[in-house]
Amino acid sequence: MYVAVKGGEKAIRSAHELLARRRRGRQDVPELEVSQVEEQLSLAVDRVMTEGSVYDRELAALAIKQAAGDLVEAIFLLRAYRTTLNRFYSSEPIDTDAMEVERRISATYKDLPGGQVLGPTFDYTHRLLDFALLAEGEVEASNTEAVEARVDEAMARVSQLLEREGLMVNEADSGAEPADITREPPTYPCDRSARMQALVRGDEGFLLALGYSTQRGYGRNHPFAGEIRIGEVGVSIVPEELGFEVEIGAIQVSECEMVNGFTRLEGGEVKFTRGYGLGFGQCERKVMAMALVDRALQAAEYDEEIKSPAQQEEFVLSHCDNVEAAGFVSHLKLPHYVDFQSELELIRRIRTADAADNEEDRS
Amino acid sequence: MTSSPVRAGYNFAYLDEQTKRMIRRALLKAVAIPGYQVPFGGREMPMPYGWGTGGMQVTAAVIGHDDCLKVIDQGADDTTNAVSIRSFFRDLTGVDTTEETEAATLIQTRHRIPEKPLHEGQILIYQVPIPEPLRFIEPSEVETRKMHALEDYGVMHIKLYEDIAQFGHIATAYAYPVQVNGRYVMDPSPIPKFDNPKMDNSPALQLFGAGREKRIYAIPPYTEVRSLDFEDHPFEVQRWEASCAICGSESSFLDEVVMDDQGNHEFICSDTDYCRTRLAQQEERA
Repeated sequence: MYVAVKGGEKAIRSAHELLARRRRGRQDVPELEVSQVEEQLSLAVDRVMTEGSVYDRELAALAIKQAAGDLVEAIFLLRAYRTTLNRFYSSEPIDTDAMEVERRISATYKDLPGGQVLGPTFDYTHRLLDFALLAEGEVEASNTEAVEARVDEAMARVSQLLEREGLMVNEADSGAEPADITREPPTYPCDRSARMQALVRGDEGFLLALGYSTQRGYGRNHPFAGEIRIGEVGVSIVPEELGFEVEIGAIQVSECEMVNGFTRLEGGEVKFTRGYGLGFGQCERKVMAMALVDRALQAAEYDEEIKSPAQQEEFVLSHCDNVEAAGFVSHLKLPHYVDFQSELELIRRIRTADAADNEEDRS
Repeated sequence: MTSSPVRAGYNFAYLDEQTKRMIRRALLKAVAIPGYQVPFGGREMPMPYGWGTGGMQVTAAVIGHDDCLKVIDQGADDTTNAVSIRSFFRDLTGVDTTEETEAATLIQTRHRIPEKPLHEGQILIYQVPIPEPLRFIEPSEVETRKMHALEDYGVMHIKLYEDIAQFGHIATAYAYPVQVNGRYVMDPSPIPKFDNPKMDNSPALQLFGAGREKRIYAIPPYTEVRSLDFEDHPFEVQRWEASCAICGSESSFLDEVVMDDQGNHEFICSDTDYCRTRLAQQEERA
């Protein structure tokens, strides 16, 4: 007779022990410190902060260590921690005009006030494996001045130059309270702030593929990288009892403003359109993809035909979150005995009926 | 009742009180409009989406110190995810847990309704993956909300009719759509249609939580729940030629267990508590 399998609890405990051991790796290799992740895998930290929706380098680094480098898992850990946090204030909007810029490039102008500042970037590196790093050799900072130089010159914004000339559609703060999809689930069609929030939290790979699809003809929007800037901005709040702004810290952000194909507006004027991307830390690929998708999702506002995936708001926004997506895909690992049994019973019944029918036909 | 302490650094039942209030408000609305999907500000939980985060949020919002919790997955108390969710709530609430259906005040379930009849005062909390019964016919939420508002459920009957035309049967064996209180068509979550009749006029309160999709819905006690069907193709539940290899039950939902690599199989009750109780009764009698 069949004896039911027991011992789920013990099995889970053992699995966790094995996982901890796998994460630690060989004992003769020194254990990875969270600060090493924070300092030396900083771009992974940036991605986890952006999609995890918490600006905290140390916690993001901890999540990466705990997830053994699985960034989607790390994002999930950070999100699950985020839920438990109290909210004291909503910050004032950050002002990226006042950014302390460490990188700023424009693909639309050869030179512009403030100049092109490459900053730390993989662009123009030759993607050759550097075996010196394998030998754990230190890269000498040969010209520390160049590395440390911050740009103090005022940096005009490309979008403002175009707006001033009336060449690009204006974008102004409506003053409306922005949506928060972590508190109120999005309803469709949703407003731009909800859309932006979903995109910032959205999976980089998913948005990259969608952005790329618009470049290949699935919802083309003729993008130019008007401006990409990375640097620190101040964050301030207005405590109710004080009634004035108090700066509480600074965060590093990446911002991308795309200049997109022009269109004739309702009033009859012809203007460039635009897409916007923003993320924590240095996450250029993400913010460029986000800006492309943001523009694609404005299709309805410009009476463009909506026929490509990147233009379909409900499709993009309800599938871009990797914590949701990874969770639901992985739940297929959970037992489905009961549902499968129901299908088995049904398919057998249909086949038995079919066999009986065939028998009748033959006789 | 005696409650053990809650894990340090966390609120009772994990969620903060404001979040619980928000969920309770959604629950009240859901109870007031049976079968209607109420959007709620679903939170990230420390378990993955699709693994019961909706059910867990509902449980966290209604659980109190005096509750006794039972958690099942596929009808069983000992499946890994049921074990994991039960230990989560034991850790974060300290409440008593049980495997006995009749002893529980709260039952969180995935994919089954217990075989033993529920009684008044009990709450059955379902984990729901896709709350929208029309989703596989119409992928857009904008459209499906409109269809619910207009009570436009023709497409669902067309789907069921097409099944009959193609297979001679309605080819939905689980997550079989129901109409609640004569109004909203509702997804009963992926329970086998075998369990659908148990939802009808149940003395227990039935709550449904979909975490990823951020929807809550409910069936108040003693509410009519009708499985969709046709006059000439009435709704019917699964039947087995076999009986349970452990307790001999001929009326419970049976899981198929493959015994050897020739594919020989036996059937056992999917509801472990029901099976164990029957076995104990038989031993007592013997």
